[in-house]
Amino acid sequence: MSLYFKYVGMLLKSQMQYKASFFMTAVGQFLISFTTFLSMVFMFSRFNAVRGFTFSEVLICFSVVLMAFSLTECFFRGFDVFPRLIKSGELDRILLRPRNEMFQVLASDMDFSRIGRLLQAVVMLIYAFITCDINWTGLKIITVSLMILGGVGVFTGLFILYAAFSFFTIEGLEFMNIFTDGSREFGKYPVSVYGEGMLKFYTFVVPIALFQYYPFLYLIGKSENVWYALLPLLGFAFIVPCYAFFRFGLRKYKSTGS
Amino acid sequence: MKKYLSFFKIRFIAGLQYRAAAWAGISTQFAWGGMNILMFRAFYEEGSNLFPMPFDSLSTYIWLQQAFLALFMAWFFDTEIFDSIVSGSIAYELCRPIDIYNMWFTKNTAVRLAKAALRCLPILVFAAVLPSPYGMSLPVSIGAFALFLLSMFLGFMVIVAFSMLVHATAFFTISPKGIRVLATSVIEFFSGGLIPIPFFPQSIQPFIYALPFASMQNTSFLIYTGYLSGVEALKGICLQAVWLFALWCAGKLIFRYALKRVVVQGG
Repeated sequence: MSLYFKYVGMLLKSQMQYKASFFMTAVGQFLISFTTFLSMVFMFSRFNAVRGFTFSEVLICFSVVLMAFSLTECFFRGFDVFPRLIKSGELDRILLRPRNEMFQVLASDMDFSRIGRLLQAVVMLIYAFITCDINWTGLKIITVSLMILGGVGVFTGLFILYAAFSFFTIEGLEFMNIFTDGSREFGKYPVSVYGEGMLKFYTFVVPIALFQYYPFLYLIGKSENVWYALLPLLGFAFIVPCYAFFRFGLRKYKSTGS
Repeated sequence: MKKYLSFFKIRFIAGLQYRAAAWAGISTQFAWGGMNILMFRAFYEEGSNLFPMPFDSLSTYIWLQQAFLALFMAWFFDTEIFDSIVSGSIAYELCRPIDIYNMWFTKNTAVRLAKAALRCLPILVFAAVLPSPYGMSLPVSIGAFALFLLSMFLGFMVIVAFSMLVHATAFFTISPKGIRVLATSVIEFFSGGLIPIPFFPQSIQPFIYALPFASMQNTSFLIYTGYLSGVEALKGICLQAVWLFALWCAGKLIFRYALKRVVVQGG
């Protein structure tokens, strides 16, 4: 664990060498998701609600997804840039070291400029909680943290899956973006907005709904089912099959030799 | 003219080589377009009278946007240009007997056009066979289609001219990444890339339409779907021409100014 913090410190220091560029990028990150937010404001100034969800309620969804995604992108970026490690043969070096390879991939890269997005997510979440009248209970506070945690779990799983595919293709697979970036982009609305079929897809195939939709229903009081509050944990378990697939890929790994 | 044409040809043919990437892009764009339409459907069912355009027009707008994404994408910048400025290899380019603005303009046009050429047909065909309110419909009239083509050409030129200005910032700063991200999100938003401009609040629409960003994809797609027609369409096209001229002049001036005092980084 202390080794991990050493890595974190190292990466943070190296990114802080270019302070101006770092802050510009962070502001840029903020702006990108801010325009998404603005377009939502515009939509809701025209329509009061969508499928029975009000603006503040939708904001909860948006900020949870954004928060989970930017945390994942910040701390699990190693998997996002993993195809590069394979292509350059850097992975061979990792395999030779007497440490867990997952750990090393994890610690190989982090992107702290995602803080711009994270900041926006926090502000939106606070705003949503103020304007949305939720009957707060202890369990609901836990639900919120579980939602964010579960989100990090699902996105990390997707990132690992993306990395694992590159064992077989060498190149990063661009179509995986539909699931990673797409989930961030379309997770801004409760997934039931996209219809019954999409809700099923996002429950059983890419389990976004497990942390974004069902616990959210419980949170805003649309459902009394307490089990919904615990579903993010199941979402977190999504990492397990993804990890298994990664191990499988690793066993089949042949170095590119460069 | 001939030398620019050959630059165009080289880049265009090189761009056509990336077919696997194109298929990946196409599948992403299907998903993107489809999800967007589903999202708008939810709002449409909420109150169809609040919708600024008929639903099938909106679907058409989104499919056009996905099909011609490569022409109008805001985030595409030629890294070769940035690299040549940062690494100093621009010195070679300056030795050539060509106008550097025109050359970069041509290259950028060619790359975008090649990407679009690979991607637009499958998307258009797929969108055309989708059932009625979700698919793409034909243009409202032959006249509108002709205006659409003209307007799309102008809009395409406007975004390239604008991106030349962004490229030019590399002359003044070594690390242009922040400006690039900034420009991307501004263009995306104000050109109607996230939601079409008719969905913006009524009160700020006149202001948005006057910006150069509205003269990119927005005008042509709205003409195709019949949202803009007759005099309105002609006005939009005139505005596009004005912006194209203004941005082109601005680009030329900035390049002339920058190249007069450019410091080659050695290396």
